[in-house]
Amino acid sequence: MQEQISAPTSVSIALAGSGGSGVMTAGTVLLAAAAKAGAYGVMVRTSGPQIRGGEAAALVRLGPQPISSLDDGFDLLLAIDWQNVNRFADEIVLGARSVLIGDPDEGEAPEVFKATGARYIPLSLKKMAKEIPGCWINMLALGISGTLAGLPLQALQDAVRESWKKPDTLEANLQAVARGAQAAVGVAEQLAQDGGPMAQLQGGAASDARRWMISGNEAAGFGAIRGGVRFVAAYPITPATEVLEWLAPSLIKVGGTLLQAEDELASINMIIGASYGGVPSLTATAGPGLALMTEAIGLAVAAEVPIVVVDVMRGGPSTGIPAKSEQSDLSFAVSGLHGDAPRLVVAPSSISDCLGATQWAVQLAEALQAPAIVLSDQYMGQSRAIIDRPADSERVTQRLTAPANAPDYKRYRNTESGVSPMAIPGTEGVSYTADGLEHSEAGIPSSQSKDHVLQLNKRERKLALHDYGPYWADVEGDADAVVITFGSSSGPAREAVERARAMGVNLRLMVLRLLAPARPEQMAAALQGVKHVIVVEQNHGAQLYRYLRAWYDFPQPPASYHRPGPLPLRPGELLNALLEWRKAQ
Amino acid sequence: MNEIVNDAPAVPVQVLTAANFKSSYKPIWCPGCGDYTVLSSVTKALAIMGVPPKDCAVVSGIGCSSRIPAYTTCYGFHGVHGRSLAAATGLKVARPDLQVLVAGGDGDGYSIGGNHFLHACRRNVDMTYLVMDNHVYGMTKGQPSPTTEPDWDSKLSPGGTGVRVFNPPVVALASGANFVARAFAGDLHGTADIIAKAMQHPGFSFVEILSPCVTFRPEQRDWRKLVRAAVVPSTDDAGRAARRLMTDDGLNIGILYAGNRAPYQASVRAAGCSVAELEAEFAL
Amino acid sequence: MSQTNNNAALKLPATLQDFMAQALQMELDAAERYNEFADMMEAHNNLEVAQWFRKMAEVEGKHADQIMSEMGWSEAPSGLRMAPLLTGLEAPESASDAELHYLMQPWHVLQLALGNEQRAERFFAKLASVATVESVRKAALELQKEEAEHIELVQAWLKKVPEPTANWDQDPDPPRYDS
Repeated sequence: MQEQISAPTSVSIALAGSGGSGVMTAGTVLLAAAAKAGAYGVMVRTSGPQIRGGEAAALVRLGPQPISSLDDGFDLLLAIDWQNVNRFADEIVLGARSVLIGDPDEGEAPEVFKATGARYIPLSLKKMAKEIPGCWINMLALGISGTLAGLPLQALQDAVRESWKKPDTLEANLQAVARGAQAAVGVAEQLAQDGGPMAQLQGGAASDARRWMISGNEAAGFGAIRGGVRFVAAYPITPATEVLEWLAPSLIKVGGTLLQAEDELASINMIIGASYGGVPSLTATAGPGLALMTEAIGLAVAAEVPIVVVDVMRGGPSTGIPAKSEQSDLSFAVSGLHGDAPRLVVAPSSISDCLGATQWAVQLAEALQAPAIVLSDQYMGQSRAIIDRPADSERVTQRLTAPANAPDYKRYRNTESGVSPMAIPGTEGVSYTADGLEHSEAGIPSSQSKDHVLQLNKRERKLALHDYGPYWADVEGDADAVVITFGSSSGPAREAVERARAMGVNLRLMVLRLLAPARPEQMAAALQGVKHVIVVEQNHGAQLYRYLRAWYDFPQPPASYHRPGPLPLRPGELLNALLEWRKAQ
Repeated sequence: MNEIVNDAPAVPVQVLTAANFKSSYKPIWCPGCGDYTVLSSVTKALAIMGVPPKDCAVVSGIGCSSRIPAYTTCYGFHGVHGRSLAAATGLKVARPDLQVLVAGGDGDGYSIGGNHFLHACRRNVDMTYLVMDNHVYGMTKGQPSPTTEPDWDSKLSPGGTGVRVFNPPVVALASGANFVARAFAGDLHGTADIIAKAMQHPGFSFVEILSPCVTFRPEQRDWRKLVRAAVVPSTDDAGRAARRLMTDDGLNIGILYAGNRAPYQASVRAAGCSVAELEAEFAL
Repeated sequence: MSQTNNNAALKLPATLQDFMAQALQMELDAAERYNEFADMMEAHNNLEVAQWFRKMAEVEGKHADQIMSEMGWSEAPSGLRMAPLLTGLEAPESASDAELHYLMQPWHVLQLALGNEQRAERFFAKLASVATVESVRKAALELQKEEAEHIELVQAWLKKVPEPTANWDQDPDPPRYDS
């Protein structure tokens, strides 16, 4: 194991504790403070199964450049108490340079953390907090950890002020932050004499203007609204509920509506109905909900009704691991409908991209009159990051509609592009009946071979011929070996590629954003000069690898690096895999 | 099956206590959750029934309440959201010898499970359905359920859903349930008694149990002051029960209806015909 | 639950044996309940309070042992299938759940226990006043006296533990996975 557990340009902090200790809140404020100090960061949460009072940890990584994933380990683990914190040992990896801070009054630090060789520094947090009546212990923890990480006291206190809801306790808590900062100085002195100082935030001079703090789920919701969605049907499910809860008040503000449905069968059919009525519509769910929606998604394919379904992927199969991330719905999203049913599948590659990718999905769905599935995941959805304001899209959302009294109007006319004008209810002279039954160009149910072939071709052709532009995938670098991945795996993959480059090993990175339909021409262009391909993903069945092999030609059979959740892929882990792969060539 | 045991001690088939039905898994429900008492009531009721754990099955869906099977020593089935009644129906029809208990919350049972609820009542298969109603979706952190008041503010439905509450006892009665009762988790013995009677009653028995959610509906701590023993006694007259339930305010505790429908009978199997004999149909 | 007639909730025991069996069951049930509360608190990382509930469970267990030794029983008789002495919301089992909170403190545990003891004392006093069998009446008075002693014990403990702070039940973190 490397001595320095994390990349030198960032600092990683874990705050842990159980019920009432407030570590999630502290982590959020820490992130906000970093933003004030001009830095970037990401915060991931983890907790036990209890609804309240369970063990919890806020995992934060800060740096001068935009951060898209957690590092291999943590520079600091500060535990307010040790209750069941050992459960997080796999997620909170420590090394010999790491710092372990705990309250001696809360007992011994768990063996699993001590065994890493991390430097243990006891601090009587509870006693310190008691000395400032009315303060929360998590604010003390914030002061200590933020200062050790290199954040100025001003930024920490400003962040607390902005987040504080009860004015009469604010002063005590600002004091607690200051007290923590003071204690951190003592800790730093100890560290200097025992292994050296803790990693600190270097640089960071970005201004607040044009930067946001946002979660992946919120970004997806906003992307939907930017894309023009004005009707949402909602059924709550972990980890997608926040998309819907963010949309509920936001949609109202822009003149849209959110309806809570009785189940996913209802929510998917509701949005199809609303979209048939001319309003861009969307819902959000997770694996089990998507599974319930499949029949109706097929209806949207056959009747050519645009809809968007955001799938915030979690551990599967079945009820699986609801609060953890995995990329195991890919196979299902690209092929999980009965019949020959082409559909769009778009995968955001970061918290920030949740906005752009969802917006794009809405645009594509509307333009192509087809369902689009957005493959987000829990890691992006429920994590919060400081990002640069996502650029406005130049693409416009536009549905091809039929004008009133269009002569000889046929809803499912066999056009060259495959997209036929859609009559919106209320338009004179172009009424039709949308149908899941196979139909003629006029929309009359038909079991005739020529109609079936024509419509199947039409529905496939409209997706295949569309010009998706460069946004279909991000290709970075130029080497004869390429790493292909998608979604949240792209963060650690990109870091691994950067570290490899620093070691003199040159790799290209391809992050797929459009997963379906397949893009053979564009893939061939992107693979110019490539001899070696490896596919990286977070699932047990190597789903992307198999999908790519089914649909694309490669200069030689690709390699695969894959493993399932609940633990996220790490840059260091991927670096090792990539170096080994290159060596074997 | 076993004799009905009410107040007078009867001679049980097996001497079972509530402890025989409680597993060693500690529930993770929030302290103060009504479901703890429901669990105790269920184990007490099962002890009264005297059917050994191995012959009992507890079927559930998804939600806080649906975690209950693993906390008993019975055979448990923790299925998918809203489909517990369907799974339980399959189980009971295939295995009529088993005592089948179905459990879940108001979200699981009345929202996504609503359709299955109607048909389970119609079908009247002999089983008992317990809904731990806390007027909220607890597991997904506080969205309105079909029994939530229309003006209850939440993130998903700001200002309230504006939609009238679902009336489970009326719907159950109208759809054909043979036994309809309401219990309150705060009354352990009373609830155990109602559950036992529900299990003893043939056909589909439905018990709506008001079970407070201390985390998302802390005001439900007041339920103990508001609930009352139903003044009108139980009836077997569906019309009378319907009139009464349509004006029920949701706080009357007790057996509200105990009907006389014959429980579901799977089609009678004709006297055996061997597999070989079936060939005759095809033989030339 | 409002009752028009308090006696309606009371089942008068016919003999001393019956009464003591049911009283024993009450103690055993109480011990079990305190242990369950301790389990809940452990699952929610409130170990200090869990220990207090274990202590309460021990105390109830001792009462149970006392009853058994007085009656000369080596194991609890099967009064288990009889209806409990007290039903409805005044029943000891029903009273306490609502007062639990994952952040509760030892002071709250003792208040809860105090409430239970006071309810029990009232119950035995009531029973003594309406009992028709002399041995039952005497036994009820004895048990009432003991409950009164327990009340004093708990009140003494209460003086020794700190009173909860004003914001004892506030958790800065929302329920899991709020955004």
